[in-house]
Amino acid sequence: MGNHSDGSPNHSGTVATAGQNEVERFQDPGIPPHRLRLADTDPKAAKRAERQVALLFGISVVGTLIFLVTYFAIDLGDDSSIATIRLQNALLGIGTAFAMLGIGTGIVHWAKALMPDHEVSEERHAIRYEEDRQAAVRIVDDIVEETGIKRRPLIRNTLLGAVALAPLPAIAIFGDLGPRPDDKLAHTMWAPQDGKRKRLTRDPDGTPIKASDVTIGSAFHVIPEGLNELQEGKLNEKAKAVVLLMRLDPASLNPSKGREEWGYNGIVAYSKICTHVGCPVALYEQQTHHLLCPCHQSTFDLTQECKVIFGPASRPLPQLPIAVDDEGYLVATSDFHEPVGPSYWERDSHERSVNS
Amino acid sequence: MSAASTAEPAFVAKTKTGRITDFVDSRVGGSGILREFGRKVFPDHWSFMFGEVALYSFVILLLSGTFLTFFFDPSMAETHYDGGYVPLKGVEMSVAYSSSLNISFDIRGGLFMRQVHHWAALLFVASVAVHMLRVFFTGAFRRPREMNWVVGCVLLILAMAAGFTGYSLPDDLLSGNGLRIIDGVIKSIPVIGTYISFFLFGGEFPGTAIISRLYMLHILLVPALILLMIVMHLFMVVVHKHTQYPGPGRNDNNVVGYPLGPVYAAKAGGFFFIVFGVIALMAAFFTINPIWNYGPYDPSPVSAGTQPDWYIGFVDGALRLMPGNPYGWHVEQVWFGHVFTFNVLLPALVPAGILFTVMFTYPWIERWITKDDREHHVLDRPRNAPTRTAIGVAGFVWYSVMWAAAGSDLIATHFHVSLNDVTYWLRALFFIGPVIGFIVAKRVALALQRKDREIALHGRETGRIVRLPHGEFIEVHAPLDEYKRYKLVGFESPQVLPAVPNEHGVVTRKEKRRAFLSRWFFEDRVAPATPAELEAAHGHGHEAVEAAHGHGHEAVEAAEGSKSLTH
Amino acid sequence: MKALSQKRRHPLAAIALLLMGLLITGGLYAVATSMNEAKASTTTASASDAEEGGKLFAANCATCHGMGASGSKDGPSLVGVGAAAVDFQVGTGRMPMQMNGPQAMKKPVQFNDEQTHQLAAYVASLGAGPAIPAEDLTNGGGDAAAGGELFRTNCAMCHNAAAAGGALTQGKFAPALADVSGKHIYEAMVTGPQNMPVFNDANITPEGKKDVITFLKQIETSGSPGGADLGSLGPVAEGLFVWVAGLGVIIAFTIWLTSRTS
Repeated sequence: MGNHSDGSPNHSGTVATAGQNEVERFQDPGIPPHRLRLADTDPKAAKRAERQVALLFGISVVGTLIFLVTYFAIDLGDDSSIATIRLQNALLGIGTAFAMLGIGTGIVHWAKALMPDHEVSEERHAIRYEEDRQAAVRIVDDIVEETGIKRRPLIRNTLLGAVALAPLPAIAIFGDLGPRPDDKLAHTMWAPQDGKRKRLTRDPDGTPIKASDVTIGSAFHVIPEGLNELQEGKLNEKAKAVVLLMRLDPASLNPSKGREEWGYNGIVAYSKICTHVGCPVALYEQQTHHLLCPCHQSTFDLTQECKVIFGPASRPLPQLPIAVDDEGYLVATSDFHEPVGPSYWERDSHERSVNS
Repeated sequence: MSAASTAEPAFVAKTKTGRITDFVDSRVGGSGILREFGRKVFPDHWSFMFGEVALYSFVILLLSGTFLTFFFDPSMAETHYDGGYVPLKGVEMSVAYSSSLNISFDIRGGLFMRQVHHWAALLFVASVAVHMLRVFFTGAFRRPREMNWVVGCVLLILAMAAGFTGYSLPDDLLSGNGLRIIDGVIKSIPVIGTYISFFLFGGEFPGTAIISRLYMLHILLVPALILLMIVMHLFMVVVHKHTQYPGPGRNDNNVVGYPLGPVYAAKAGGFFFIVFGVIALMAAFFTINPIWNYGPYDPSPVSAGTQPDWYIGFVDGALRLMPGNPYGWHVEQVWFGHVFTFNVLLPALVPAGILFTVMFTYPWIERWITKDDREHHVLDRPRNAPTRTAIGVAGFVWYSVMWAAAGSDLIATHFHVSLNDVTYWLRALFFIGPVIGFIVAKRVALALQRKDREIALHGRETGRIVRLPHGEFIEVHAPLDEYKRYKLVGFESPQVLPAVPNEHGVVTRKEKRRAFLSRWFFEDRVAPATPAELEAAHGHGHEAVEAAHGHGHEAVEAAEGSKSLTH
Repeated sequence: MKALSQKRRHPLAAIALLLMGLLITGGLYAVATSMNEAKASTTTASASDAEEGGKLFAANCATCHGMGASGSKDGPSLVGVGAAAVDFQVGTGRMPMQMNGPQAMKKPVQFNDEQTHQLAAYVASLGAGPAIPAEDLTNGGGDAAAGGELFRTNCAMCHNAAAAGGALTQGKFAPALADVSGKHIYEAMVTGPQNMPVFNDANITPEGKKDVITFLKQIETSGSPGGADLGSLGPVAEGLFVWVAGLGVIIAFTIWLTSRTS
């Protein structure tokens, strides 16, 4: 790399010439001479600074009063408008800011302008002294000796074993933080109940959807029939079961073997839960037929059975097989044929058991 | 040692304050402490204040947080909102979200306190980060402060943990989706991921337990740990005394600055109120975390621009950058019937892992390379340690690329570029950005060092142009006084440390590697100017100017005599 | 002329005259009521409007959308898109398009209200499609809370929970909804312009759409209770603000605090 010492050509190679550190260095001139401030020499300036500090403290008092007046003068009721809340927030903030900044800048100005500003030098002391160290070593040695732990290995070893095991209950006692996962992640509410297929209903009101409602270019956000009536675990079920329903030209769908019957006249339903880390993949571009996840931008192509075409997801979105019942409403013919949402350790075995 | 002073009955304090102090002291024995601290010297520099900003933000967090706990209810039970915010009236939501709305709309000053709390939280983590950057770039982590650096790193992680647990508490749509992302990341952990997820959420996501669990961590465990770490941190600062920048009168054996009482205490104390005032101003005029916009958490909706708070952003950005199927190859793999979710695991764990591992161990890495085991109390100016500065900049660039990736959608919409292109560019920068950052930072540091040399030797440019009798124009340089010069030349400039054989006379492979790294570290260096060089340069400079004024004498001779040393 | 004057005395002339009179008064009445009811259906547009619109279309739009709006390689067919689509696209300045890009951009409106109305009438005459919504559906007055729920479920993922807009793939984006009229929001929902999905009346009822508009107008007019909203862009804007403004002010204070007083 050459020579950065001074750029002169008659030095060659690295700068690390012999005895660089012995090269004569500049003498430390010591702390620069103290320079007096205006307030140190001119009593008028000192008086002025004094008044400025007092003024700043005065501003703080004003700030405190602003806060108190705002707090008691503006009451919040059920009918208070956003503008009232905004006004109160701003005035409380201004009051606090004045109160605090007044004190803060006042004290600092006082310290800067009027308190002595001589720079002083303090010696550093060694962090420890050899004498102390030796005394400490002796003490520790004595203590160890008095316990006799070196002479009695049985005590030492059993103690080590006991101490090593003792924390285990502290870990085990957290075992009831949650239930075992089992295969809960593999199933959703869509599975037909008592032979009755679940209707696709609108999110959030839960009204059923007719196939004829879904015109080309539409996107429906769908929850299973009966979700809103659940007493317990509603959000847990919703977190797995939400589906996006879309209709496109049947010619642009390219269903693979075995999935030809999973749609109805170009209407298809896909899980809304991203296979990456589980955000709702809810952005449907009706012309490009892309689904985009707003969290990490995974993009799925609806015309290729929601294959990942961009972003961090690795697996396609699971498809929900749908059909139409006697009254023309859309129903799920079965549960998803794979676990929905992000991947997990047991996912593959769950998928196999779901399909077997 | 206080016992001795209290034992003297003759002592009578002069002022009332003195008498009160004496009363307390004679009962708890504080004289020793006061004697030690009362006039303790602290160096003064603006960059030394970030630690205080962090400390004060934390105090403000405790104050505002305590207020919020009086009104917040961490229950996930269902309720229907019946508060002052009309666009959510009657909407089904959790009690936690409803009580957060009540704090914002129905409790006087509640919104202000919420905004103070959240702005202070963002400032807290930001000032911790800036403080650590200052410590890194000035080499303040070197012996004897390595352990305090580690405590600082722990504090950064705890600060992030405190922030994240708090971010999720209102149970709004934004933080709920954030939790869902965390759940997805946890599920990707091999073998135990599913179990951890179920244990954390008390069953399936989202369950009804997570908010109260996070609440307990947020208001008890994490702040207690932070407090403990702060105590350790400050204790070590007292033991070590503060570092100081190089300059006249400052060396490794002293500390130059202002005594704690009264100047420094006044400044530091006053600064607390200033930090509080600035946070209050932000809370007064700028909305933060408008939970009323996001709505209650529901697993179905999501908002565009779903991002975590800034300090978690780099992990989110890394998640965004990772391609799931690069060139058609699936990153997620099924081996032996089990799923290895590398497209989540790698970006979630590797960058953060590398960042924190290097951060924690850097003092020892540098110590090993440089074999520098001396105590350092005088800081390096960043330019005087070019390789360390370059490493820091490379790391910061790397972090910033991931950070920017967390806002890739906002970059796309605000600069009218394609979201996909932003991602492609950031993926490339993820790898080449740190390299460019390293090279540029190192060159800039070396250039600044040369400029320092130039100024030390030839003085400051005055901007005054003088024409010499033979027609040449020169700019007059004003010489520096010795104090200013010492600041530019009084630094250590370590050199390459070649491999040294061990006691058996063998140069081990590890030692060779160390020597290689040492070369890389110190090869490019600009040595500080020496008095001899100055003398030569002085003559050189004066030669021209003096000649112009027509009375050159010994300066010319000096220049002649040492021409070989200068240019 | 002679033939006409002769037929005037024809016995059927009186009946024809009567019919004509009825038609004119009926037509006038229809026009008058449509003024109050807003242009709720395609039939209100008179034949002459459609005719004028046809001329405008041929001159300004046919290059891309083809003669008779049957579409070409540069633009889709407009048969059956309805008056609402035209009113939205032309009324927000998106059409005529300035250049091909990821999506048509909002820009200064090229046609006046009259011409927009005529164009809409022309396109509506080509095939049935969504009509321009009645005014009582688009000027608020619905249930903001219900609208908010619908908005979060159906719209927020693209347009952002505070309607501040968001990114789509390949340079496309969902625009911010502030300053967009209720009519245009309604029309966008029923017609699904560009990549936006269609939200027909079976998906979100007209009442639901009214609620959504009410919600949007309410959050737009009330503003943020906490002060400036930083673009309602969420944590990214907040983080940027604390690093730039927050730390900036703090650093200014630290420099003042550690500087020497003169």
